Amino acid sequence: MKVEQISIFIENKSGRLAEVTGILGKNDVNIRALSLADTSDFGILRLIVDDSKKALKVLKEQRFTVSITHVIGVAVSDTPGGLTKILQILDKNNVNVEYMYAFVERSGDNAVIIFRFDDIDEAIVALTDNDIKILLSERITSI
Amino acid sequence: MIWNDDFETLPREALESLQLKRLQQTLDKVYAAVPFYRESFDKAGIKPGDIKSLADLQRLPFTLKQDMRDSYPYGLFAIPLEQIVRIHASSGTTGKPTVVGYSRRDIENWTELMARSFAAAGTHRGDIIHNAYGYGLFTGGLGAHYGAERVGASVIPMSGGNTKKQLMIMQDFGSTVLTCTPSYSLYLAEVAAEEGIDIRKLKLKVGILGAEPWSEKMRQEIEAKLNIKAIDIYGLSEILGPGVGIECIEAQNGLHIWEDHFIPEIINPETGEVLPDGEKGELVITTITKEGIPLIRYRTRDITRLIKEPCICGRTHARIERLSGRSDDMMIIRGVNVFPSQIESVIFAIEGVEPHYQLIVERDGNLDTLEVQVEVNEQTFSDEIKVLQGLSNKIKKDIKDLLGVTCKVRLVEPKTITRSEGKAQRVIDNRKK
Repeated sequence: MKVEQISIFIENKSGRLAEVTGILGKNDVNIRALSLADTSDFGILRLIVDDSKKALKVLKEQRFTVSITHVIGVAVSDTPGGLTKILQILDKNNVNVEYMYAFVERSGDNAVIIFRFDDIDEAIVALTDNDIKILLSERITSI
Repeated sequence: MIWNDDFETLPREALESLQLKRLQQTLDKVYAAVPFYRESFDKAGIKPGDIKSLADLQRLPFTLKQDMRDSYPYGLFAIPLEQIVRIHASSGTTGKPTVVGYSRRDIENWTELMARSFAAAGTHRGDIIHNAYGYGLFTGGLGAHYGAERVGASVIPMSGGNTKKQLMIMQDFGSTVLTCTPSYSLYLAEVAAEEGIDIRKLKLKVGILGAEPWSEKMRQEIEAKLNIKAIDIYGLSEILGPGVGIECIEAQNGLHIWEDHFIPEIINPETGEVLPDGEKGELVITTITKEGIPLIRYRTRDITRLIKEPCICGRTHARIERLSGRSDDMMIIRGVNVFPSQIESVIFAIEGVEPHYQLIVERDGNLDTLEVQVEVNEQTFSDEIKVLQGLSNKIKKDIKDLLGVTCKVRLVEPKTITRSEGKAQRVIDNRKK
């Protein structure tokens, strides 16, 4: 259920982002989803890729600071109010969201939300107890 | 171990009477042979014969680094060039270098003092000394080399640079003692880790580190990363080169200045007056055995204090406290005096932070700005912005608490701060341009 997400420290310098994607491309690592959190000096690039082990290895070789964190993906019906229902469940169960990002699946009516929680296991329990479907890791990494 | 028991443990009274005798001889010589000193003594209205006690020393004028530059290259030499057997020069980052010449006896004394220093650091016959100080015009390489041979150790004349090869030699030759700058020792540890070498498991036991000011926190970092005792050595080319003073391994608490060859004083750098023992100020050194280029009351620009209390090692020679910094390195940020070593101690005190940093000083309008660059590594990295901002805020707050200066902390990517193979460049001051 848990999905491996790669996080990379990037200074705000022109061309740095292209260097990361270039390294991944050269090594046949495909990016499935991404989000960039930034401050005035640096950013954290978060990626879900088809082969996180390989991505970690090749980026480390190029001296990037990289870590793996676990996130989960939830399918949300691509209709108004779809996300609110999930957030309400989390709120009611006192589950704290560190950050989240979303994308729409290529086929089907669903949007996929990637969540990073401070307590992922607690979040999984709360969501499954409320019949929210958590996507399998393979499903996300092969979107 | 004490190398020269007779001199290193000389009772204070005997030591001081020896100092006075040697001082008087030196003054006679420089007055007769060096026009610069004849003029400056005459101007001050003092003859060498007026100096009848060590306390009289403070009546003499200072010698400044600028005086050496003005006398470039040989103007301060006190003996004819045919009696000079070696010439060294300082790096001279601004303008001409300062030039020093050694007589055969000067080289002999230097060798003796470096041998004492190696012995004080726990080095002896049978050790393999990996000398990574630069060989050349810089005094570090050859100065350490001669002393290492004198104690009977096997010396590897590595010089600086070529870090991977240094590590190979260190492993294969079984180096037990490392001599280099403190920043280079950390760089060796870093490259070793990248190469998959566990530097902690090598035979190294002692590092004799100097040529740049470093903090106590940096010492702890070096001792932990290399699994060695890190000994602070002091020297400057104008006075001798390495071996003016060193910490003893027994106490690691202050650096013994070899007082049978040098007279240290601490002065108020603003007024020039001599401060009472124990007070902090600028170190001034008079050489009392040098023949090639004796210096009277040379202002070192180094900030420290003098400790005359006896040391547990048995040596009677006074100690100087680890340097707070060189007054040349001192930055004035919005009116506050800041030494890089103070910022270093803050950074190194935070768990997991890389021991590499750089300080960028700019002027924005009429306001000085200080930016502290610190590398993010796997230990400090988080995929949450707030954690990284928490780190930079902590550094910022600790610096503010210690120095009262507000700075900007910039987290940078690993290995982006230039590693030094000699003296680390900690400060980039763009205000001067």
